[in-house]
Amino acid sequence: MARKVTNSRRWTFTILAWGVALLIFFPILWTILTSFKSEADAIASPPKFLFFDWTTENYAEVQSRSPYFRHFMNSVIISVGSTLLGLLIAIPAAWSMAFQPAKRTKDLLMWMLSTKMMPAAGVLIPMYLLFRSWGLLDTRLGITVVLMLINLPIITWMLYTYFREIPSEILEAARMDGASLMKEILHVLTPMAVPGIASTLLLNVILAWNEAFWTLNLTTSRAAPLTTFIASYSSPEGLFYAKLSAASTMAIAPILILGWFSQKQLVRGLTFGAVK
Amino acid sequence: MGSITLQQVRKSFGDVEVIPGVDLEINDGEFVVFVGPSGCGKSTLLRLIAGLEDVTSGQIMIDGRDVTHAPPSQRKLAMVFQSYALYPHMSVRKNIAFPLKMAGMAAAEQERRVQHAAGILNLTDYLDRRPGQLSGGQRQRVAIGRAIVREPSAFLFDEPLSNLDAALRVNMRVEISELHKKLATTMVYVTHDQVEAMTMADKIVVLRAGRVEQVGSPLELYRKPANRFVAGFIGSPNMNFIEGEAAARLGAHAIGVRPEHFAMSTTDGAFAGTVGVAEHLGSDTFLHVELDGGTPIVARAAGEFPVDHGDRIWLTPQEGRVYRFDQQGLAL
Repeated sequence: MARKVTNSRRWTFTILAWGVALLIFFPILWTILTSFKSEADAIASPPKFLFFDWTTENYAEVQSRSPYFRHFMNSVIISVGSTLLGLLIAIPAAWSMAFQPAKRTKDLLMWMLSTKMMPAAGVLIPMYLLFRSWGLLDTRLGITVVLMLINLPIITWMLYTYFREIPSEILEAARMDGASLMKEILHVLTPMAVPGIASTLLLNVILAWNEAFWTLNLTTSRAAPLTTFIASYSSPEGLFYAKLSAASTMAIAPILILGWFSQKQLVRGLTFGAVK
Repeated sequence: MGSITLQQVRKSFGDVEVIPGVDLEINDGEFVVFVGPSGCGKSTLLRLIAGLEDVTSGQIMIDGRDVTHAPPSQRKLAMVFQSYALYPHMSVRKNIAFPLKMAGMAAAEQERRVQHAAGILNLTDYLDRRPGQLSGGQRQRVAIGRAIVREPSAFLFDEPLSNLDAALRVNMRVEISELHKKLATTMVYVTHDQVEAMTMADKIVVLRAGRVEQVGSPLELYRKPANRFVAGFIGSPNMNFIEGEAAARLGAHAIGVRPEHFAMSTTDGAFAGTVGVAEHLGSDTFLHVELDGGTPIVARAAGEFPVDHGDRIWLTPQEGRVYRFDQQGLAL
């Protein structure tokens, strides 16, 4: 039986939901507002909310001081590249764990997940030294491979849960129909898992786009993505809040737009398998 | 051609032995049904023939060729699954053509064969639909279509009718039997439903706990069950077993009488009992009787038989229709 919801209750919940949403969104909104203020207005006390001299000079300043487009392209290459590379490895891995499980498959999956719980700072020094001796510091290739490795457990886990939902009889039917392993994965498994693969791809592009720890530590200029670009505006000479906000807004705008248009896919991806 | 030979085929999953060793001969063109209660290993045996499971030991030959370690694709067998296992992202046409595409057949020939199969199975109007837009019976036909286009040396069916409703099941049963007559190709069919086994098979293989209990034609199994298990499994309703003094008098541990082999009387007979439930179907009357010793019996009378709950009744087995079993359950 459907639960009866009284009108006052409905209103309370609506207002509460809007309140929470606004609270979560507020830092982003404040950043966007600050990016249109002068440096003086940005640090004014009490803070000015809407009534200040709107200006776009921060954007012009940021553009002239650093090559936004290059950082943007680096972010695109690193996040998309690491995700595609990850899918290439994770699809066969998830296939084998979902459809040919061995005795230790569960342990392997848990171990993979446990690597995500390791504090990244713990391996920073060895990673840095390895990168230096391999000549990978500040290269797109190096940072792409690192981000792929960082997100590989999540990609594999997500695909594994998706694949588990596909009845194995369908793959067996393909085998009976004469499909080789590659054809089975290519013609049957992958097309059936397209929604799952799409949301995995989206989520990991976002995760890689937002990743700051490794990008800040392993890139400086040539391979630096937007995270490094933002960080360059918090300098020892003092904080330039308005310019920092302009840089941040420009860095998060693309991923915010991507997220907005793909929210259905993302929600499905994150809740998949929770309810059967 | 499609003869299949199993020699001492064994299968274990870890420490659990599912098939302890099966020898079986399936002749070309035969309709063979594997039947048994759930968990008896009949599906596993079929999957071993298909190559979807590896045998632990033993040998599987198809048309005299050793295929024990060959992958499914090289065994020239086609399989119809319980869940139909259609490719949900492909149209019916592409589903049926899939094995041909995998074999690298020319597009024109693929289309010709798809049209032919669709014609046989009444699917011509549905070729552009997705499986999700079809009814259960139609999906089952697509699965069969996908199997027949390859012209395999044998068909394997894994409980193909168990997802269909009762009326459709009877129709499909007849359709599959007709298909077998038309194609004259070997069919191996797994079911737990003894009615399907009796009506469709040339040869029935009764399995229990991975062992072959008996192999024979439906009527052979009905008339001469090798043991108590087969006797109880084949025939509907099940055979009645009576132990104790009545059995001892005939020199057996237990005697078995099928429900249809009792003569009934309201005055006298061999076994006296009380009617519990009387099912009057018009064509038949099924009586659930409790004998005076406490043994429950189901008896069938042809046509109408006017008794009801609580009435006294006497049952007499027909001459030559009493089966005798020893302590181990083997037929005497």
